[in-house]
Amino acid sequence: MYTTPIPIKRFWVRVVVHVSLIAAAMVFAFPFYWLATSAVKPLPEVMRLPISWWPSEWQWDNYWNALTFSEDTSPYYQNWDGFWAAVTLNGKGEGSAWQQCREAWSFFFDAFFVRCVGNTLFVAIMGVLGTIISNGLVAYGFSRIVWPGREVCFFLTLATMMVPFPVIMIPLFITFAKLGWVGTLYPLWVPYWFGNAFNIFLLRQFFRTIPQDLSDAGRIDGCSELGIFARVILPLAKPALAVVALFHFLYAWNDFLGPLIYLTDQDTYTLSLALFFYQSQKGGTDWNLLMAACTMMITPIIIVFFVAQRSLISGITLTGLKG
Amino acid sequence: MSRGNLRNLRNGLLFISPWIVGFGLFLFYPLADSFYHSFCDYSGLSTSEWVGLRNYETLFKDTVFLYSIWNTAYVTVLILPLTLVVALSLALLLSTNVRGMGIYRTLLFLPSLVPLVALGLMWRWIFNTQFGVLNIALNNLFQFIGGALGLSYEEIAKAPGWLQDPNWSKPAIVIASLWGCGHAMVIYLAGLMEVPAHLYEQASIDGGGLFRKIYHVTLPMISPVIYFNTIMAIIWNLQIFALPYVISMSGTGSGTGTPGGPARSTTMYAMYLFDQAFKYFEMGYASAMAWILFVVTVVLTLLATRFSKSHVHYADTN
Repeated sequence: MYTTPIPIKRFWVRVVVHVSLIAAAMVFAFPFYWLATSAVKPLPEVMRLPISWWPSEWQWDNYWNALTFSEDTSPYYQNWDGFWAAVTLNGKGEGSAWQQCREAWSFFFDAFFVRCVGNTLFVAIMGVLGTIISNGLVAYGFSRIVWPGREVCFFLTLATMMVPFPVIMIPLFITFAKLGWVGTLYPLWVPYWFGNAFNIFLLRQFFRTIPQDLSDAGRIDGCSELGIFARVILPLAKPALAVVALFHFLYAWNDFLGPLIYLTDQDTYTLSLALFFYQSQKGGTDWNLLMAACTMMITPIIIVFFVAQRSLISGITLTGLKG
Repeated sequence: MSRGNLRNLRNGLLFISPWIVGFGLFLFYPLADSFYHSFCDYSGLSTSEWVGLRNYETLFKDTVFLYSIWNTAYVTVLILPLTLVVALSLALLLSTNVRGMGIYRTLLFLPSLVPLVALGLMWRWIFNTQFGVLNIALNNLFQFIGGALGLSYEEIAKAPGWLQDPNWSKPAIVIASLWGCGHAMVIYLAGLMEVPAHLYEQASIDGGGLFRKIYHVTLPMISPVIYFNTIMAIIWNLQIFALPYVISMSGTGSGTGTPGGPARSTTMYAMYLFDQAFKYFEMGYASAMAWILFVVTVVLTLLATRFSKSHVHYADTN
């Protein structure tokens, strides 16, 4: 794995490679820089020529304003300081300090974006659970048990990867509408409890690498298939399950078309839909707030990347190389 | 069939039973249903009325539909080779043994993780014609070149209107999506890492330079990976939705606009399908579009598979 396919020995070639890498890294990193700095600039500085390459003032309240954005009322806590004072029992408003603290928290949890983060996390976690359980079972059935017709079924499963979501979204929408699920979060996580070709494929590839002897040992000890699955295979497959869980989390965090179709009520919006809605309110005007909101959506993903880098990269390579 | 076989069949089917249900409910039924309704006049709410091939006939007289095909084809045809070139060159650079590789790999990969809605909004801001950093940089560059040649910068070139100009809105989408090519890049990188070092040594002995090594050793060895990435990119780009939808949200000024502008230049196939189904509630018409998309996806994937049989080199691996 850690061989160097194209060994670079000559000095000038090394220089060229280095310079190209630095240039590429700068081009790819620049949008992040521009996002992060635009997010903390005061509005007049964003909408000004000549352009300001570095924020003259770090207006962190942009984040607070974006987070507590409300369509109809002006926010009770205009800035982070006021909120923080109330939370730390130093508020100067009416009522006792405890009462103010409670009000501040309920204001925070009622904020549009905070609720949307909650919805997104709910959908993501329920989906991740379903993804792990269902695809684990199905991949076991496709890899650890030999049964007639298995390969045909598996081929059919792989073929379903060719079905684009827009092709099936209309009947799905109507089905969910009949169930009364449109406007709720159910359509965004329930389907993932029933397997998905890509994840089945990925887990199957991994399950196949586990020696058959381990299953046989379990069988001799009188373990049922389900017991072998739960006690032998699952503990060994933790890295692969982590990959699948991670992929689904990223998918749920990202998904836009699903929420756009199914969610009708602002209380149930997920983050991607919330950001889109926010842009329709602030687009073309408050670019600094919009960039702050974007940063808030991207940052958790970057944190997830640094925590789970290894799983993520191994998952992507596994699907790409063994396909 | 022996008893052991029968038990295995039962167990196997039990284990895949969630998928049998999922396949039936969330794939097979919707596919069949949309096939049926593609021959119907159907609003989704009322009962449907059989109209035969009328939806399909109307589609090919619908200029917006034809536009959406053109737009999707345009973007796909640009993105496929550009992603191949950019992702593969970056992967080649990242597979060398120079210092600081961890940082480069992280920086080049991170953009591919950015959620598409955020990515679209970021690039809307970068492409902004008035205060966008891209055009300001371009104008500075033209001014600099102009200064050197003693011309005013308008005489050199004018910065494009990007998302406000129907001729530049699709290239803008291509640029924004190229920024997120890290996914393909990582797959190429892993492919490059698996090319056995002795092949390069042999090429060196035969007197091959760097470019000959890339052409005669690297490319044939990773052709299966190129094939995989290309198939995925075809399937993915034919249904491109979130990025063009968000990036084109309003042509100019503030407030809401219609996605797909300016002048329908960014109305992608899936966007028009979405509009027909969920804005105009022409679900029968949209189902016909859905089936055309499905058939085109399958045909292109099969064509790519056939092409790959003669052009992809599979090494004898165990």
